[in-house]
Amino acid sequence: MRRLLLRLVFVLALPVVLVAVWWVSSAGSEDVYWPPLRTILETFPDVWTGERWRGDVLPSVLRLTAGYALAAVVGVALGTLIGSYRRVRAVCEPVLEFLRAVPPPVLVPVIMLFAGIGDTMKIVVIASGCVWPVLLNTVEGVRAVDAVMTETARSYGITGAARLKDVVLPSAGPQIFAGLRQALSIGIILMVISEMFAASNGLGFTIVQFQRSFAIPDMWTGILLLGLLGFVLSVLFQLVERRALGWYHGLRAAARRSR
Amino acid sequence: MLDVRGLRKVYEGSGRRVEAVRDLTFTVAAGELVCLVGPSGCGKTTLLKCVGGLLEPTAGEVFLAGRKVDGPPPGMAFVFQEYGRSLFPWMRVGQNVELPLKQKDLGKARRRELVADALASVGLADAAGAYPWQLSGGMQQRVAIARALAYEPEVLLMDEPFAAVDAQTRADLEDLVRRLWRERGITVLFVTHDIDEAVYLGERVIVLSASPTVVREQLKVDLPAERDQLSTRVAPRFAELRTHVYERIQAAKRGVATAKTDTPPPH
Repeated sequence: MRRLLLRLVFVLALPVVLVAVWWVSSAGSEDVYWPPLRTILETFPDVWTGERWRGDVLPSVLRLTAGYALAAVVGVALGTLIGSYRRVRAVCEPVLEFLRAVPPPVLVPVIMLFAGIGDTMKIVVIASGCVWPVLLNTVEGVRAVDAVMTETARSYGITGAARLKDVVLPSAGPQIFAGLRQALSIGIILMVISEMFAASNGLGFTIVQFQRSFAIPDMWTGILLLGLLGFVLSVLFQLVERRALGWYHGLRAAARRSR
Repeated sequence: MLDVRGLRKVYEGSGRRVEAVRDLTFTVAAGELVCLVGPSGCGKTTLLKCVGGLLEPTAGEVFLAGRKVDGPPPGMAFVFQEYGRSLFPWMRVGQNVELPLKQKDLGKARRRELVADALASVGLADAAGAYPWQLSGGMQQRVAIARALAYEPEVLLMDEPFAAVDAQTRADLEDLVRRLWRERGITVLFVTHDIDEAVYLGERVIVLSASPTVVREQLKVDLPAERDQLSTRVAPRFAELRTHVYERIQAAKRGVATAKTDTPPPH
């Protein structure tokens, strides 16, 4: 109980300090662009009403989910294919390096041309940015499957789909999750950017609208909400990761102890 | 049961050509426990992988119960030296043992029965729910042996399985292999670089030359079937046999050619 309390203190200490610093330093602020935190917090419930959650937050989150899921599926599938065959890898590697180097935001105008300005465009933009870390990490993970494990699987006739499901993908799991984690933060950025370009709703759209109509405290609440959204998603991600990779954390802890 | 004829393996790559195995011919009868022993780096692992269908031989053939081996046959199980890398760390012990059985056409009840039976016979009946990395090295190798047993192979191939465990654990595991062999009547081909281990375990010892490998000598181990670490290892006959094998290995290292014999040395 005491240790739990102590951990809670450690976790909360820095955020509390930062919020306090913000609160105090902005308390008497007369600057229109730098409103007191107090004002921002008071504006929050007025801005983020049930209607806004339904009309702006939910569409954003749904687009993010769809784009992220698409990137995860495509990234893992293609990554497994490329990682499994040396020939495919030799053909794809230069192209992948080029495509990865293109910053995803510049694709927004291009993707708009053929995907329109609807949800499809936004989902494609999010997916096209998220797919790279997943893909490249999966390739590395699949390539790095231990030689003895591969031979064990072969000697027991574990081939095809069973090999993929029981040997290759679990073995690449830690790398795949590292890619998924990077993709999550890229996804949030692209969600906002794609909504800033051409949209009629969503978090990015709303924040830009507030800024353009000089509703500065409202704009700040939107930024706060984005930060909170990112935080909640990252916590959710960690929960899933702990569950899926429990064996990996246990293995690493065991290896540390024996050293 | 196992028939190796004129086996040859040459590795070629990056301008280098290494002849690991030159010409190996030997047989293992059904229910026999044969140890292959040779100097370090003599291509024992290469040989075993060729026998197990994991490597394609450059020349020569391997027959398992009359069928040519061209890929890992369902009648063989492999126990690797690197137990830590051979067990899947994302699966619990029971799942590790069960995984190969899923490739066979077995009912779920039968699979469970095989897993429980195999784990019980290596003394790990209550470890099914643990992860491999929660077990000691010796226990992990027991799990690997249980996995091989549950697979119900005709031939069990063991590649220096106890090279990475401590001496006391090794003695226990040697007795375990002897016991399982006698209880289950499986055919075992056991590769080791340890002369004492080869003589203690085997019914027959095949002495290999240094690389490129050929068979130096085949030696029948005429020790009683009932062996134990205390009395067998101090028996005069054990000392004679191990000295004989030791001399052959030393000669093999120096590259002295000796005639192949099939008879045991004189008393």
